[in-house]
This record gives sequence, structure tokens and C-alpha cells, in this order.
Amino acid sequence: MSDSHETKTTAAQPPLHDRHPVDFNAYLRRCGFIFVGILCAIGLMLWISYLPGHTWALKSALILVVACANAFVVAGFLMHLLSEKKMIYTLLAVTVFLFIGLMGLTLYAMQDFPAGTQMH
Amino acid sequence: MDATVHQFPPYRKPDPHHGHDDHAHGAHEHHDPGFWAKYIFSTDHKVIGIQYGFTALCFLLFGLFLMLMMRWQIAHPGSALPVIGALVHAVTGDVMSPAVKDAAGNVVGYTMSPELYNSFGAMHGTIMVFLGIVPLAFAAFGNYVVPLMIGAVDMAFPRVNMASYQAYFLGGLVMTVSFFIPGGAAQAGWTSYSPLATTIPTHGQLFWIIGMVLLISSSLMGAINFIATIIQLRAPGMTWMRLPWFVWTQFVTAFLLLLAFPPLEAACVMQFMDNVAHTSFFLPTGLAVGGQLAHISGGGSPLLWQHLFWFLGHPEVYVLILPAMGIVCEIIANNTRKPIWGYKSLVYSVLSLGFLSFIVWAHHMYLTGMGTAISTFFQATTMIISIPSVIILTCLFISLWGGSIRFNTPMLFALAFLPMFGIGGLTGLPLGFNVSDVHLHDTYYIIAHFHYIVAPGTIFALFAGIYYWFPKMTGRMMNEFWGRVHFWCSLIFMNLVFMPMFAQGMAGMLRRMSDGGANYSAAVNSQNGAEVIGGLSNDIMALHVWILWAAVSLGLAQIPFIVNVFWSMKHGEKVTSDNPWNSTTLEWQTPTPPPHGNFTHTPTVYRGPYEYSVPGHPRDFAPQNEPLGGSHPTPSPQAEHGKQLAEDENRKTQNAMSHPKEIKH
Amino acid sequence: MDIPYAIQPRPDTGLYNAKVGIWLFLASEVMLFGGLFSAYVLLRVGADPGTWPHGWQNLTLGTINTVVLALSAITTLLAWVACKAGQFGRFKFFHACTLLFALAFAIIHLNEYHEDLTHYEIHLTSGLIADGHMVENNLKEDYVIIEGRTVNDEKLLYDLRSQTIKESEIKIPRAEIASMESYGPWHNTYMALDFTMTGLHLLHVIAGSVVIGYLWLFGRKMWRTDPERFTNRVEVSGLFWHFVDLVWIFLFPVLYLT
Repeated sequence: MSDSHETKTTAAQPPLHDRHPVDFNAYLRRCGFIFVGILCAIGLMLWISYLPGHTWALKSALILVVACANAFVVAGFLMHLLSEKKMIYTLLAVTVFLFIGLMGLTLYAMQDFPAGTQMH
Repeated sequence: MDATVHQFPPYRKPDPHHGHDDHAHGAHEHHDPGFWAKYIFSTDHKVIGIQYGFTALCFLLFGLFLMLMMRWQIAHPGSALPVIGALVHAVTGDVMSPAVKDAAGNVVGYTMSPELYNSFGAMHGTIMVFLGIVPLAFAAFGNYVVPLMIGAVDMAFPRVNMASYQAYFLGGLVMTVSFFIPGGAAQAGWTSYSPLATTIPTHGQLFWIIGMVLLISSSLMGAINFIATIIQLRAPGMTWMRLPWFVWTQFVTAFLLLLAFPPLEAACVMQFMDNVAHTSFFLPTGLAVGGQLAHISGGGSPLLWQHLFWFLGHPEVYVLILPAMGIVCEIIANNTRKPIWGYKSLVYSVLSLGFLSFIVWAHHMYLTGMGTAISTFFQATTMIISIPSVIILTCLFISLWGGSIRFNTPMLFALAFLPMFGIGGLTGLPLGFNVSDVHLHDTYYIIAHFHYIVAPGTIFALFAGIYYWFPKMTGRMMNEFWGRVHFWCSLIFMNLVFMPMFAQGMAGMLRRMSDGGANYSAAVNSQNGAEVIGGLSNDIMALHVWILWAAVSLGLAQIPFIVNVFWSMKHGEKVTSDNPWNSTTLEWQTPTPPPHGNFTHTPTVYRGPYEYSVPGHPRDFAPQNEPLGGSHPTPSPQAEHGKQLAEDENRKTQNAMSHPKEIKH
Repeated sequence: MDIPYAIQPRPDTGLYNAKVGIWLFLASEVMLFGGLFSAYVLLRVGADPGTWPHGWQNLTLGTINTVVLALSAITTLLAWVACKAGQFGRFKFFHACTLLFALAFAIIHLNEYHEDLTHYEIHLTSGLIADGHMVENNLKEDYVIIEGRTVNDEKLLYDLRSQTIKESEIKIPRAEIASMESYGPWHNTYMALDFTMTGLHLLHVIAGSVVIGYLWLFGRKMWRTDPERFTNRVEVSGLFWHFVDLVWIFLFPVLYLT
């Protein structure tokens, strides 16, 4: 094996930030928008929870939709999932599928009883 | 390709006059790590693999002893435990092991109370599954072999690897210590069903939960390590479809552990809260304990625990079998001197098996009052999952056809795995259907079914793996004669232990009866003064005694194995090459035993994993890192070097294993 | 011995090792909290109608906590960006903010636990139920004083959002107390879930703070010798922190709002 190959690339090459200059202010602005978005989501969920005249089931569903959108923003931008690699997407898709399976099937099982056997 | 080559560190060129793990002439290197860093706090995957293996084998032996005591109690209910009765009494006390007195009132021995029986039953299951098989099959073999097989220098996260062993060790310690606390170890089964797990007045279950959380953490860390290693650290040329199938099974197993264990961890946290903080996650409203209404808030659901437990519990059984299948595949390919039939089918089957294993869990819960819709769903998925299992077994069977079979000890165990797992798997079919499971659930049939899969199934494959990879770990072969003795005795006695249980189960004998059904049998039969259908006949009951003797013999049959392992480390026949089995996979292309860093040169992979008997090739096997087109009439440099190493070994007195090269990372 | 792709990404996957590792870990954490969320859904759907609490949590504190955690997620990202931009000073500043926000979250949340544990439901011998915060519980005295209300129907204690509640100081002689229980996890399944889920979340907050704190305190050495490796560590710990925030994004509406 040749000894000229570097094991630490930082020793041979200029630092990462010089090779790929980072526009800090653009990131700051972006974060500002994201934060405002999160605040809006929180406000919206609070507002929905105070709406009179609706069942808790409906309100819960609406609130969870907003929460999912909020989560999408956090995961997509703050965890930069939107720019991630296929490998990560595959893993998460499997996880989401299993999560839904766990919740959905368990819920279904607890609702499905032979006729005349359910307590309440 | 160039860029990837840059990443691999430049290795030291092999020194033609010294072995790889020699130090410089005379002096110890200044960074000699010392005993503790080398053997106890090592981050080398091989050392960790051996640590896991050794600890797991100890726990397997412990689980065997628990089983022997249980079988004694079943065959001779209420009689004194022979030999170790006094020891059991010393540890567990008067309540758990009451004294047996003769007519004069003298103590003649100590017996097992029903509570102690339940405790042993719960811990036998927990120890065998979580402290024995999973660490041995997944962690021990996986840690040692997988990085070697993919051509890596170590696992992706060596310190996390060390932490995972330490968590396992701690979890095992907690589980072991639980035997010594007042009240003894957990009594609510390895499944720890609520409300029983919470309403038992002793603290054994609490220790069980704490131990489980530690073990789950260990498995999670291991799973992350395995997946990241297999994705990221494959050698150049090692594409996914060139991986030995053992690596695929470990990969899928790691995913099962990663995604199925956490819901059980959540459930353990909740059961812990039930036990300690008096919550009612799993305790229903109106629960009465000992005739009194329990002072709890209620509102919980015992079924919730079952769902969360079995969400792990079913993938767990695939965790137990998949590494074993992988080992069997490697050994069959090697000892038939021909490629495995249906490699692609094997890969797709194991992937679909892993995926499907997550959606079949409620077939363990058919008798909980499920509705027809959900029951139909789980029956369907359970039937579907048998398809990839059968495909895998079929591929392995067909691989034998036309092979030039070498009947060495690993191959004997691997061959026996096939029909034994076949029996276990086929007997699972009536259990997958609701209609038949109603009669068989919680009977001895179930015990026979799953033990056939795990005992003459997985454990045989693990024995095969130990005999097979022992020469790579130690540079010596295990004794072949005693290996065969071990094999034949184990095979015969395993079958004698578990085959009668099918009959007992079908006759209606239920599980977890501490007297083996004696009271039940007497009660039912005495109603009509004769043996009745539904009662347990004398013949069925008599099988208990036969099973006891078969179990004792099975235990004795492990002695040649234990002695063989330790004796062969020092006195076994030395191997004359790094690749004594003439195998194609990469772990045999390292020095023996592999030093820290594994490979002398970064391997480049050119071939698939099972290129045996390739037409036109001068040898009957082509190692994966052998370049295409160029055949090697002379032994490969690695093999040459290995030979030299063995010869050097004969001259020197120091053991190659005790001085691994210290390379910082 | 250098492990390949610890810093530079592997060409075919485009990822470095620790990134694969952390996403795998996060997937397992999704299943962990998923198990708890499944328990929540099941127990809530299976509860008797009208017995599931609404409005038991302090909404103000919860909202503040949500905002604080969201801010900490943003400062975590900016700390990583600072590393990528080669600005170690800015990294120190932003992660100091993250740690402060984490501390604020923990303090507020522990205060909420304290509030729950000092809130009592007292069943009186007369059949009435007194419900409120314990103001005075001196064992030498033969009475307790709570700040709350008295109701005659237990059902009124559940859906607080649909009622306007007038609280006053109530003095209750001990002789009239049939039973007394605080709003701890033992009180009902909702409180059990609340304590367990937020408790586990809080443990994750603490663990994340420890890791970020370690990088903040002792990072200068690695920054000098291997800034890329350090940046990767910041990114990986940041991803964990964002996940902790993500869990709270679901915990807050589920426990506080619905």
C-alpha cells in the first residue's frame, strides 16, 4: 500500500468551509422563517383546541394534522431530511410502515370482538 | 474506485520473517495495552465476539440446569431434589424450597415449591432466549465473523460495540442476582403478563424488567453497529449480491432487533411504573387480588401488554433462527463443495421473512377473545410467512443434491438442523390456524414445537458454527471423534426429550403445571374411576420419567463438547493453513488468528461467495478475493503466510492470541 | 487503525458511518415512543365515555416549553452551520443557547410535575369531592387547606375545558376525609401516560444535553486537530436533539390540547 495516501483528508486539503463556503446569513434567515412557521403551527393548534361546538374526536384529528405538518417542517428542514440520501428514506419508510402497523393493528384488535363478548 | 481505495489505510507490508502479531524484536511496544484493555475492555470485534460467546455459553448451561431441576419436579412432584437440593434451599430459602421430611420428622431433602417452579420456568425461558441464544447467535458469531466476511477492519462503532457487551453483561448480572433476593426471581413467565407480573408480592419481576431494559439496550446498540457496518464497511468489490448469506441473515436479524425491541422496552417501562408507581397501564378496572379489590386506579388493559410484548416476541423468534440458518448455509456450501442453490431466492426470502415477521404477532394471542376479522388477518399473514421459510429450507436441501459431501462434525450438525427445523416448522402449521390452535395453545405441543426449532434447530447450528470457526479463532481443530460423540448423543437425546411432548400436548397436557399434570390427571380420572378422554392417561404421564432421563443424558452429552472446546485450545491438532476447510469466504483469507485490523492487505472482491467446483479452475474452490481469469496453481500469499505462521508457532512458545497488535483508532 | 468512512462519506451510499448510525438509532426511538403512543391511543379509545381528561395540564407552561424547545432546535442547527462555516466561536454561542433552553425546559417541566403532585382529589365522607392544590397540610393540625373547588359529580373533574372553574380556599377537617390522592401517575391512566411519556422525553432531553454539553465543553481540542470529524459529531448530536423536539411536537398536542 502506498504511504502517500492520506487517512485524514483534512491534513492534505483546505478546510471544508473554504472548499464549500457557507452563507451563514442565508441560514439565519431560513431559520427565522422556520421558527415563525412553528409558532404559527402552535398557535393554530391552540386555536383549534378552543373551538366550541365540536367533538374532541374531530378537534384531535385536526390538531394532529397540524402537528404532522409541524413535524414535517422540523424533520425536513432542521434535520435536513429533504436533502438526505435514499438509504435514509428507505429505512424511515420501513419504520413508518411498522409504526402504523403496530398502532393500527393493535387498535383494530382491541376493537374487534366476537359478538356478545364485549364488556362495555 | 480510486476514491474508495484512498479511504483504506495503508497496511504494514507482511514481514516475511515474523508473524503478523509479533512485536518488534525483543521489546514490547510502548503502547502494550495490558490485560484489562486487551481482554476485558477491548473494542476489537473479535475479542467482543468471544466475550459474548463465552458468557452466552455459560448462561446456556445455567438454563440447562434450571430445566433439569424443573423436569425432576415434573417427573417426581414433591420429592426431594437430588444432589443439589441443599444448594437450592440455601439460595432460595424455606418458602421456595420446603424441606421434605421422613416419617420420623427428619429432613431428607428439599423440594421445589410451585412458586419456585414458576420462577425457574420464567428464568429458563428468559435466560435461554435473551441471555443465551440471541447473544450467541447474533452477537457472538456476528461480531466475530461478519466484519471478516465483508472485508472490514472492525465494526463501524467499536466503542459502542464494547458498550453493548457491557450492557449485556450487566443485564445478565441483574437477572442472576434476582435469584438471590428475598422472594426469588421473576415468576410470571418469560412473557411477564400483567396483571400477574404486577400483583405478585415479590420483587423478582422488577429485577426482570430492569434486566430486560439493559439487554434491550445492548441489542439495540449491537443492531445499529451491524447494520451500519454492513452498509458502510464492505470491501471494494463486495456488492450486496456477493455477500455470504450469513451476512444477509445477520443484517435482517439486526433490523428485527432494531425495530421490534423498542415497543417492548416501552412496555417494560410501563410495567415498571405499574410495579413501582402504582399506575394501571395494564391493570383493568375491578381487578381483585386474593379476593380483595386492588387499590389501583384501573382503566388499564392487560391485552395492551400482550400486544406490545408479542410485537417483539414474534420477530424475536426469527432473531433466534435466522443467524442459525446463515451458519448452516455457510457450512453446507463449504462441505458440499458446490455453490448454494438459489442464492437470490435465499436473499429475497430472508428479506420478506424479516418484513412479514412484524405483522404476524397476534397468532400468539388467538385465545384472548379476538374477533374474526383481526384473527383472519393474522392467520393469513402467518400462513404467508411460512412460504419464505420453506423456500429457505428447500434451497438448503437442494444444495445437497450432487454435492461431494464431507461428513465432518460441523456438517453433521448442519445436516441435522434441516430435518429438525423442518419438524419444528411443520408442527407450527396447526398453531397458525385459529381452529386447531384453540386445542393446542398452552399445551406441551407448543413446548415441543418451539423447542424443536430452537434446540435441535438453532443450537445445533450454533454448535456447527463453533466447530467450524474454532480453527480460525485458535489455529487448532477441535477433536473430531468427540465431536461426533457430542453430535450423535445430542441428536438422539434431543429427540427423546421433545418428541414425546407432541403426544402429551395433543392429549391435553397443559404447560407450566408444576406437578406435570399429576393433580389434574388424578382429579379428572377419579371422576369416573378410570382413565377418560380429557384426563391424562398413565402412559402420557409416564412419559415424564422418560423425558427426565433423556434430558439428563442430553446434559451429560454436553460434557464432551465443553471438554473438547477447552482441551483443543491448547492441544488440538494445529491447522496447516489459514484456510483449513478450503472455504471461499473472506474470513479465511486472514492470518490465524486474525490480528487487530484483520487483513494484511485490503481485500478486493471479484467473485460471489460460493464459487466451489468452478469448471476449469485448478482447485475446487475460488476465494472471493481471487482475481478473475488468473488462476493460482501455487497457494495464495495468505495461505503461504499462514503456513509459515504455523511453523513459526512451533518454534516459539508464546501464544499468538495473547499479543494482538495495538493500533489506535 | 482507521475505520473507513468515519468522516468522508462512502461514495455509493453518500453517507458517513455515524450518520447511518444515528438515523438507525432514531428509527428505533420512533418505535419506542411509538409503543407509548400506541398505548395512549388504545387506553384512550378504550376508556369509558366521558372519563378521559381534557385541560388538566397547564397550557401556558406547555406552550412556553414548546416554543423553548423549538428555539433550541433552531440554535442546534445554527451551531452545526457555524461549524461547517469554520466559526467555532459562533458554535459555542449557539450551543450555549441550546443548553440554556434545555435547562429552561427541564425546570419548567419539573415544576409541572410538582404542580401535579401537589394537586389533590379528596373524597369526603359526605359524598362530595374536593379538588385543588394543597395549600396547607400540616400533620399536627386536624385539617387541610386546598385552593380549589368542591363538586358532587366525579364526571365534572374530567373535562375542564368545557367548564368555567371558580377556585377558592377550602378548609377540610381531616375527620371528613374518606380518601385523598394526588394527581400522580397512580391517579388514572391519563396521568400515568403523562408522567411516563413526558418523563421518558425528559430523560432524552437530559441525555441530549449531556452529549451537547460535552461537545461544548471539550470540543476545542478536537476542533483543532480534526474539525471535520468534530462537525460530524455536532451534526449527529444535533439530529438526536431535533428528534427530541419532534417527539415533543406530538406530545404537546396529544397531552395538552386534545
